Amino acid sequence: MDIKKAKIRDLRKALDNKEISAPELCGEYFKKIDEKDGEVLSYITVTKDKALKDAENAQKLIDAGKATALTGIPLAIKDNICIDGVKTTCASKMLENFIPPYNATVIEKLNAEGYVLLGKTSMDEFAMGGSTQTSAFAKTRNPYDLERVPGGSSGGSAAAVAASLAPAALGSDTGGSIRQPSSFCGVTGIKPTYGRVSRYGLVAFASSLDQIGPICNDARDCAVMLNAICGHDRHDATSARVDTPDFTEKLGQPINGLKIALPKEFYAEGIDDTVKKCVLDAAHELEKQGATLVDCSMPSLKYAIPAYYLIACAEAASNLSRFDGIKYGYRGEGRTFEELIRDSRSKGFGEEVKRRILLGNYALSSGYYDAYYKKALALKQEIIRQYDKIFEQADVILTPTAPTPAYKIGEQDNDPVKMYQADICTVTVNIAKLPGISTTCGYTADKGLPIGMSIIGKRFDEQTILQVADAWENGFVPLDAKL
Amino acid sequence: MSVYFPTMGLEIHAELLTKSKVFCTCSAEFGGSPNSRCCPVCSGLPGTLPVLNQKAVEYIIKAGYVMNCDISRFTKWDRKNYFYPDLPKAYQISQMPRPVCLSGKVNINVNGEDKVIRINRIHLEEDAGKLVHDDARHLSYADYNRCGIPLIEIVTEPDFHSADEVIAFVEKIKLLLQYAGICDCKMEQGSIRCDVNISIAPKGSTELGTRTELKNLNSLKAIAKAIEVEIDRQEELLENGERVIQQTRRFNEQLGETTAMRSKEDAHDYRYFPDPDIPPIIFTEEELEAIKNSIPELPEQRVERYVNEYGLKQSDADIIVGDKKICDFFDEAINEYNNPKAVSNYILGELMNRINRGEADMENLKFGGADFAKLVEFMQTDKISQANGKIILREMIENGGTAKDIADRDDLWIKEDNDLLAKVVDEIIANNPKPVEQYKSGDQKVFGFFMGQANKALKGAASPKAIQEYIRKKLSE
Repeated sequence: MDIKKAKIRDLRKALDNKEISAPELCGEYFKKIDEKDGEVLSYITVTKDKALKDAENAQKLIDAGKATALTGIPLAIKDNICIDGVKTTCASKMLENFIPPYNATVIEKLNAEGYVLLGKTSMDEFAMGGSTQTSAFAKTRNPYDLERVPGGSSGGSAAAVAASLAPAALGSDTGGSIRQPSSFCGVTGIKPTYGRVSRYGLVAFASSLDQIGPICNDARDCAVMLNAICGHDRHDATSARVDTPDFTEKLGQPINGLKIALPKEFYAEGIDDTVKKCVLDAAHELEKQGATLVDCSMPSLKYAIPAYYLIACAEAASNLSRFDGIKYGYRGEGRTFEELIRDSRSKGFGEEVKRRILLGNYALSSGYYDAYYKKALALKQEIIRQYDKIFEQADVILTPTAPTPAYKIGEQDNDPVKMYQADICTVTVNIAKLPGISTTCGYTADKGLPIGMSIIGKRFDEQTILQVADAWENGFVPLDAKL
Repeated sequence: MSVYFPTMGLEIHAELLTKSKVFCTCSAEFGGSPNSRCCPVCSGLPGTLPVLNQKAVEYIIKAGYVMNCDISRFTKWDRKNYFYPDLPKAYQISQMPRPVCLSGKVNINVNGEDKVIRINRIHLEEDAGKLVHDDARHLSYADYNRCGIPLIEIVTEPDFHSADEVIAFVEKIKLLLQYAGICDCKMEQGSIRCDVNISIAPKGSTELGTRTELKNLNSLKAIAKAIEVEIDRQEELLENGERVIQQTRRFNEQLGETTAMRSKEDAHDYRYFPDPDIPPIIFTEEELEAIKNSIPELPEQRVERYVNEYGLKQSDADIIVGDKKICDFFDEAINEYNNPKAVSNYILGELMNRINRGEADMENLKFGGADFAKLVEFMQTDKISQANGKIILREMIENGGTAKDIADRDDLWIKEDNDLLAKVVDEIIANNPKPVEQYKSGDQKVFGFFMGQANKALKGAASPKAIQEYIRKKLSE
């Protein structure tokens, strides 16, 4: 069976019709991983032995006619999601040998479906970055151009799906970490509403912004994945007590009458002309399908980056304090606690992580709290208010996912501020706790690099953004990755 | 007389009596072999999240009510960030700007005088683990069993001016928390801990002096002693023209002195900020009302009941209520035998005697209040003599059992044996002509001598009433 760009629904059919067995299917992916991942570097850990056992169990369910949507479906999981007995490194030397003794709630839910784990995918260290180049273990490359970054921080997951090294994957998104790599790698990724998916077992970067979501070949597969992982969890006090709908329900419904807002600040200076044109062309295509385009404004966008980085780094500084070399993880040297912890953290963390810890602690320090952290919280409220206002007159918002297509490896290494600015299109969605999906809207003419657009919805209205993304994808012919 | 007067404020930490920890489902019981009562959440493994124990929230609200606090309708949790090996997340979940309870007051009585101590705030937080040091091998071990046990921190205003006031307050808080069922207040197990902020200023001064904070005070005795030596130390500094430095000091009970731990300059910057993992709570009036109504009878109400309804002396009621174990024992006893005065007398007399002598302790008593009440009832109704009652009580303390079984087994019932009574008393009268003379010539005091002799010889075979009547009859013949 050709697994190239295979959708979950195709695999489901093949498994249910006994065209292929679950062990054979994951074997196909491992074969491809063996062939290609030496170049893509999307996985940190490949779990062949476990997968074979899981696949055999899944096959029993299939044979017994008890298969559900993901039974026997091989998936890749970002390496910051804890799996009992499987190394979970967060792409950091700090957790190089950390094996969690428990499962994240999303993993429990996938286990209940009988999924098959292919392996753990690379990422920026502790999910801090947009290039996957801060990974201590696998600096993933873009399958469309191996000299370019796959985006990040879920770059391993996006590249694996793009290169058909997994039919779908889980990522996590704190400021764009699902959507931006999806856009760079020409795949579809959704960040659900904050609280939609349990964060229990996701190693925290910024707790008020983090959300787990799927990266797939299209919106329809994203909907199938969401059906499996959403729902209230008693282990996560921030998971929402809302009903989980069938996310495939609105797929295929016409979009005529839907109002799509285009906030002008997202199409202003700093956004590549090619990207701007590509997204606006897509907007007009959707207009042709019957949607109405609405002009609007988000004046606070210019404050979004500082607000986001202050909040995210403050939370990260606290969240990452537990890595002290005492209980688990990298242990440095030292005669006293002070010396030991200093050495462990100096050597265990990479530069970008340390930069953000310093920034976060600075923002929370006495005397600076009001000037930085408190102001950032005020901006957060303002951004929420402006989104609410836009949603009074529109059903969804359409923006570019990133200001540029995938850039060359090493290009932004020496300019953290420029790197942070590249998150401008995605961070406000996390700040306002909204759902957002990125799908490919075109390719650069010269190099054939994917360009992504983001559809942002009202809180807990993933169904509508899936519907719009699906409507777009139905009329779109994707270009395959070169690899 | 000193020319200075001291001013003190307290920070009291009390562990709540919830079954499970404050952010996970591990047991919150004291002890356990090291690291046997922890899970991925309370040992701070990456990816885990805290979920607030609603019972702990209920308990702190009760604590607020018993200390007459305002209960915040909106409350939230913050992270207090600092590195220490006993703190696995490297932050403690606590409350900074929005504690559950604010501005309360508690009445105390010090040497007969009433005084009001103001409470600044009470907040809910998690306890840290424990470090065990092996100095010989230069190793330290971390035990996380205590991590995540719910704690309330009670912060007072600087309203204390003597060690007596501090002790009276701590004792009062212990009683309130025990009666409300919030904390067992075992200082020796650390379930209640007290830090004292202390400064001195010249008498008449309206400004407070520089304060120090005393830590590691594990008993009331230690608190009193630490305050005494710290006041002396500060006085000596000022007398010598030196300054008191704002610092945290540890009390060393063996040496009877305080030593500096850290000064203000190297105090932590805790970088407090709202914990994004725990949503704030908004209480409704109905919820608060229900919690308020579930608070059991408090010490002052019990004293009132004993004095007004049962006619106990105020001082007796105070003693009984002063120890919750005794008080519950008393209530159980009078539920069985409704004679509060007799029960109270026998508790405060015979039972307390044994306890004070170290023969018994309320913690490990082998019988309950109802068993005790039966014994008192037998004595009050002349079924068992006072002397045999003591023997039975000793047996109950040592081996447990009921008064009835012991009296049956050891033949300790009053038998109303009139023949034996006559024989014994007649003999006593015959053998003691002199006291008989004294009695007949109007010296009533010697009657007690005859009673004592008869009691001793009869060993409970007749009731005191019968003995008394018979002696009187014989002596007036």
